[in-house]
Amino acid sequence: MAALTDLGIAQARDLLAKGEMSSRELTAAHVEAMAEASILNAMVTELPEHALTMADASDARRASGTTGSLEGIPLAIKDLFCTKGILTTAGSHILDGFTPPYESTVSANLWQAGAVMLGKTNMDEFAMGSSNETSYFGPVQNPWRREGDNQALVPGGSSGGSATAVAGRFAMGATATDTGGSIRQPAAFTGTVGCKPTYGRCSRWGVVAFASSLDQAGPITRDVRDNAIMLGAMAGYDPKDSTSADVPLPDFEAALSGDIRGLKIGVPKEYVLDGMPGEIEVLWQQGIGWLREAGAEIVDISLPHTKYALPAYYIVAPAEASSNLARYDGVRFGLREEGADLTEMYENTRAAGFGAEVRRRVLIGTYVLSAGYYDAYYLKAQKIRRLIAQDFRDVYETVDAILTPSAPSAAFPFGDKADDPIAMYLNDVFTVPANLAGLPGISVPAGLSAEGLPLGLQILAPAFDEETMFRVAGVVEEAANFTARPEQWWKSPS
Amino acid sequence: MSNLVEGATGSWEVVIGLEIHAQVSSQSKLFSGAATAFGAEPNSQVSLVDAGMPGMLPVINEMAIEQAVRSGLGLNAKINNYSVFDRKNYFYADLPQGYQISQYLQPIVGEGVVTVELEDGATAHIGIERLHLEQDAGKLIHDQHPRKSHVDLNRSGIALMEIVSKPDMRSAAEAGAYVRKVRAILRYLGTCDGNMEQGSMRADVNVSVRRPGEDLGTRAEIKNVNSIRFMQQAIHYETTRQIDVIEGGGTVDQETRQFDAPTGTTRPMRTKEEAHDYRYFPDPDLLPLEFSDDFVAQIRATLPELPDAKKRRYMDELGLSAHDAAVLVSDRDIALFYEAVSEGRDAKIVANWVQGDLFGQLAKAELDIADSPVSANQLGGLIDLISDQTISGKIAKDVLEIMFESGQDAAAIVAEKGLKQVTDSGAIEGEVDKVIAANPDKVAEFQSGKDKILGWFVGQIMQATKGKANPKMVNQLLRDKLKG
Repeated sequence: MAALTDLGIAQARDLLAKGEMSSRELTAAHVEAMAEASILNAMVTELPEHALTMADASDARRASGTTGSLEGIPLAIKDLFCTKGILTTAGSHILDGFTPPYESTVSANLWQAGAVMLGKTNMDEFAMGSSNETSYFGPVQNPWRREGDNQALVPGGSSGGSATAVAGRFAMGATATDTGGSIRQPAAFTGTVGCKPTYGRCSRWGVVAFASSLDQAGPITRDVRDNAIMLGAMAGYDPKDSTSADVPLPDFEAALSGDIRGLKIGVPKEYVLDGMPGEIEVLWQQGIGWLREAGAEIVDISLPHTKYALPAYYIVAPAEASSNLARYDGVRFGLREEGADLTEMYENTRAAGFGAEVRRRVLIGTYVLSAGYYDAYYLKAQKIRRLIAQDFRDVYETVDAILTPSAPSAAFPFGDKADDPIAMYLNDVFTVPANLAGLPGISVPAGLSAEGLPLGLQILAPAFDEETMFRVAGVVEEAANFTARPEQWWKSPS
Repeated sequence: MSNLVEGATGSWEVVIGLEIHAQVSSQSKLFSGAATAFGAEPNSQVSLVDAGMPGMLPVINEMAIEQAVRSGLGLNAKINNYSVFDRKNYFYADLPQGYQISQYLQPIVGEGVVTVELEDGATAHIGIERLHLEQDAGKLIHDQHPRKSHVDLNRSGIALMEIVSKPDMRSAAEAGAYVRKVRAILRYLGTCDGNMEQGSMRADVNVSVRRPGEDLGTRAEIKNVNSIRFMQQAIHYETTRQIDVIEGGGTVDQETRQFDAPTGTTRPMRTKEEAHDYRYFPDPDLLPLEFSDDFVAQIRATLPELPDAKKRRYMDELGLSAHDAAVLVSDRDIALFYEAVSEGRDAKIVANWVQGDLFGQLAKAELDIADSPVSANQLGGLIDLISDQTISGKIAKDVLEIMFESGQDAAAIVAEKGLKQVTDSGAIEGEVDKVIAANPDKVAEFQSGKDKILGWFVGQIMQATKGKANPKMVNQLLRDKLKG
């Protein structure tokens, strides 16, 4: 048998079902790997004992004949999800010591499905970032390094801890959230599979809000099947979230037929960027070839408003964030820095509690909502957003899914873009349109860069058609046959 | 009637617009399931949503929507089947989310009109600009600690309807009549209990002055006035103040002011260092609020008879005077009480008893009709005793007083105290004969044409019978005998 930490969720599920191992064994292996990988800084909170207790409970449930779809599977939870009785930080100092008395719907769904919690993953502060460098708890290191180079690389962000935990093989899967690409871009940077489902597919209840109209939870796993299994457990209508969609929850795993004959796959001409590395263009062409060979029809399409997506996103998201983050005021929970009066206490608390990127976005958001600027920025951005959604609706009249690169580059070294917000924001250029339009997208590892770093391809699908998204992703995955994995350089030689 | 106010340099017209904040009668808050009871222990009715905890989301309370639509229909207003909740952003310790969820550009209810009646019987039509739903904030308590303030979030998230009038009122009296009418309508509808003492209804009062016929002047807004009397005092004070300012060569500042009840004056609220920019934008946690015409029709079908319609019916069908009808419909509880008593009885007689003696007793005891110690049934019983001539109207007044004190039924009091009217003509005749025999001079006066002396005779007989003689019979017998 392969090392327990090399098992995928689907494989582990079968072995657990056959009684060939226990959740405790599986969980213990991951707990150990998690401890060994502490240098990657992927976890804000490790919960070894909690995990083993949950694993024992799972084994007991199995013994008594009840099993959920993720029974006994150890997972990591992004620290944006509130977990009852367990520190929840959102990667921020301002939530200092915050232990929610409630459990997010998504994580509760996972525990209901029998999953085991290994711990809480590191992330960009309030999910604002594309490199995991904005976390109050320090950056996460990508398990991957360039060939013949020991320089530390970013794992992408904001779900960099989740992607690293999965790529580093100390979690079988991890929850993540995606507001502008925060699942798909780190998945691409770490050679994992990351899916942002349709807006409304997963409840936002109990997820610390960044930009409410864009935030959506999704899974990061090592393969497409695992991703489909895990999304099935996370998703579902939640009356506690007014934007949650009351739609049937399909069996995503069953959609992985491998058969895409006759499907029409759109290739948008606007996703070719000036200055994009040639190898990404090459990879994209390869992907097109794989899909064509599998019997799909490739259709050149146009999404004319794509170039406005990033600027519109960087108005809408900060606007909502500036309001969503107003509740971190030192009055009721988290950090409080005293002051001479209420206003000074607010100022001291928020100055000490928020990092530079969060402050930047709160300022941008406050500005674009201000009297005299609202029409020129926020309102215009909302109009662009509607046009972008319309672009997608138009092309989905004729195509079933869209194939694009996931990110305009491979993982980059720490500090490379930390001082240049615009360069950093460009990381999201291929992922942001799906958030603005509320559509599902998935990043699948499809090849290596010349430097030996993973690159991803993104499949986008119409709203609530994750089944087609997964089916196409499965075909890309199979054709790409991506077997590369990072050296586990952080482990002491044994 | 002229509402103009005389200043030192001529006449001024005062222009008043009101924003009434009415707490929606509902068991739970606007966006959470927490309870809304008045007077609970601090922070005992607070959900995670109301406390603005991370990741918590608002879910609209359908009851609040129904109540807002119901109120809109009662105010003869346009119902908007599509409306939007916005965030009004500002920082304060009683505002846990850092924003209030309200409705800004697209409220649930649009324009309407309320007809008010003034003292002199004239009517005025006051326009409604809009009605929107919004969350209340919490409450700061400053007297618990020398340096710190405490926060009570029980009110946080309670559903309010903000009812914005057009600047259509021209006097404090009109403004008072308008608030009373709106409160009456909401109480009829059951959408707000209208209790201003407990804060379930309060008003922001916008006041400006202008020369008759000119454009609107600059207004001052007096915040959070919680009684009609205070509102009227504030309007009077503000009118005089603004006229003085302008006539003194100054200009009125557009500002928010606070009413100080002990002195009856207004003063500027502590000036905020910067003007508020609330940065309204649609709340992304909530979908636009949409409902069908059917939903509205269903609510419309359950509306009760409202004061205006009821008043017309009292006049047309029951024959009451405009004044009596207006008094009886002015409050839902009064109208319900009146209707319970008048059922199967003479409507006019009942109207007299309710707004005459009963109101008198209630006013003396400082009680609302809902707390009347004499129930509608009991008052009906008393009136029945008059109708069947068991007691006279005069005795009945005394009986009502005893009923008010003791809570007993009229019949029991009459029996216990032996107040049953004497209708035995023989007994009355005996008294009449006695009085006539004893007062030949008075008899002569009457017979010489001085009719009014009859009343003196009646009085003597009533005195002799301790008021129990049937007054009609006394009158009749006296006339017969004196003429003889």
